[in-house]
Amino acid sequence: MATVTLENICKSFGKTDVIHGVDIDIADGEFIVIVGPSGCGKSTLLRMIAGLETVTSGEVRIGGRRVNDVEPMDRDIAMVFQNYALYPHMNVFDNMAYGLKIAGKPRAEIAERVAGAARLLQLEPYLDRKPRELSGGQRQRVAMGRAIVRKPAVFLFDEPLSNLDAKLRVQMRLEIRQLQRDLGVTAVYVTHDQVEAMTLADRMVVMHAGRADQIGPPLEVYENPATTFVAGFIGSPPMNFVPVGLVGLGAPEGTVLGIRPEHVELVSGSDRLHGTVVYAEALGAETLVHVRLADGTLATVRQDGTAPTPPEGSDVGLIWAEAHQKLFGADGTRL
Amino acid sequence: MEKRVSFKGVLLPLLLVLPQLVVTAVFFFYPAGQAIWQSLFIPDPFGLSMQWVGLGNFDYLLSNRYYRASFATTAVFSILVTSVSMGVALFLAVLADRLIRGSGVYRTLLIWPYAVAPAVAGVLWMFMFNTRVGVVTWYLGLLGYDWNHVLNEGEAMGLVVAASAWGRISYNFLFFLAGLQAIPRSVIEAAAIDGARFWTRFRTMVFPLLSPTTFFLLVVNIVYAFFETFGVIHTITSGGPQQATTILVYKVYADGFVGQDLGSSSAQSVILLVLVSLLTVVQFRFIERRVHY
Repeated sequence: MATVTLENICKSFGKTDVIHGVDIDIADGEFIVIVGPSGCGKSTLLRMIAGLETVTSGEVRIGGRRVNDVEPMDRDIAMVFQNYALYPHMNVFDNMAYGLKIAGKPRAEIAERVAGAARLLQLEPYLDRKPRELSGGQRQRVAMGRAIVRKPAVFLFDEPLSNLDAKLRVQMRLEIRQLQRDLGVTAVYVTHDQVEAMTLADRMVVMHAGRADQIGPPLEVYENPATTFVAGFIGSPPMNFVPVGLVGLGAPEGTVLGIRPEHVELVSGSDRLHGTVVYAEALGAETLVHVRLADGTLATVRQDGTAPTPPEGSDVGLIWAEAHQKLFGADGTRL
Repeated sequence: MEKRVSFKGVLLPLLLVLPQLVVTAVFFFYPAGQAIWQSLFIPDPFGLSMQWVGLGNFDYLLSNRYYRASFATTAVFSILVTSVSMGVALFLAVLADRLIRGSGVYRTLLIWPYAVAPAVAGVLWMFMFNTRVGVVTWYLGLLGYDWNHVLNEGEAMGLVVAASAWGRISYNFLFFLAGLQAIPRSVIEAAAIDGARFWTRFRTMVFPLLSPTTFFLLVVNIVYAFFETFGVIHTITSGGPQQATTILVYKVYADGFVGQDLGSSSAQSVILLVLVSLLTVVQFRFIERRVHY
């Protein structure tokens, strides 16, 4: 159990700067999800916490202790890798016991702790198997077990679910959350999947081009995105962006109005905003209606599955409650 | 599934494999047959007649103490050559694997010795360690060490082992480096997070995961030490002093072409033929099925 603090972290590979000053304060027992598109530096950030990557400038603290120059093994962390990184020549038991054996724990304690983890993860029937004899989900569990048995202060997850099929991913997502709550361990979880981020995080960090655009609880980030990037990345379908000129708002040049698809309503006539229905996606519970506005931008309206869908090509008006609209400046930040 | 090309007739496929068959027949089956045939006879000194002795040549060889000594010499020689060349190659490969910048240059330079023919390598080493004009001998003399591999059996063995292993390091290095680079980086990182320091990681992760490569090289290097080191030994020591570096292959030559005992020489070739067949079987049995981990 420990806090993790990142202070003005920068990272360059040679002459390329990949992370430009990130500050994150992680509380004891908190589940933090770092989310962002590929190449935004989220994995590099995690690897710097793990000690697998050097920190160019700034400070990493775990439990208040500066760990910039501390070896990974001395940081009291455990990491679950995207490809699980199981030891292929060892069986499940030895995979989980490896760290404990190196730490010189007595045999009885090792056996007990591995058995405990195996029970928790339903791995008991597979302890004698090699990793290649396991399914993807089971391998994932072994990787989790290997992290659990060492009772680390911090769990690090590097896209642990991206190699699993959709159904298993949902199931493992719940298990990871449950496990982290039960153990009360601080967790840092990296993913590119915003659904994972929304469902797992106590707070999420939205990374964009080497910067943390926004840090906050998932719903807070969803409701109040700090930048157009966050607004477009979090939420599916993403927030609609409408140039203010189209809606006749007196705002400076380049200002953009953002409105979530579920907050827009279709009406037959409106003096606010017009568009032509391009097509509608009926998803059962809801229907996504895509509307082309006067300047060519596409807007999405999310309406109830039972609501009548306007025919393609028809002219519709769009209305919304003013409380839901967000204004972004020309540089993409909230006004 | 492997891809198979199928032919309609017999003529074309036969024509396609014919060159290989001819080469094998002329350079392997014919001489091997000759060796087996001749090993059953003793020719007279002028080669005018041959006398049937059955397995007499083998009988004589196996009870001959020089031949048995040559077996021991070969064992010592091949164990030394294999362990030195593989050990040094593994060490260099581990270093090169850690290197990011300039690894291409190191790799290229390390591969060069492989391009040097054994006989040429032998001559190079012979000149360096020549008892009268050798550079290394001269420096050793300055240090107060009197190097003379012409008289000292241990030094002679050391020299041919060094010369044979040197040319082989490149080959082993390439395989070890490829093997090291095939180990997923994240496995090593996971071990590091689990608390394993460099040496522990090497012992418990890298070395076991490298075992298929190691086993393959072990067989290939033993075969090399047994059969392909003739040139090195011939140029440096000619099997001397006092047969201290006469390995089995060299004895085939020494007895047959120098001693003119063609019957015994043929019998020795047959024994070597059996040995190399055994090694090939081992290689196919284990390597084709892979050493599992």
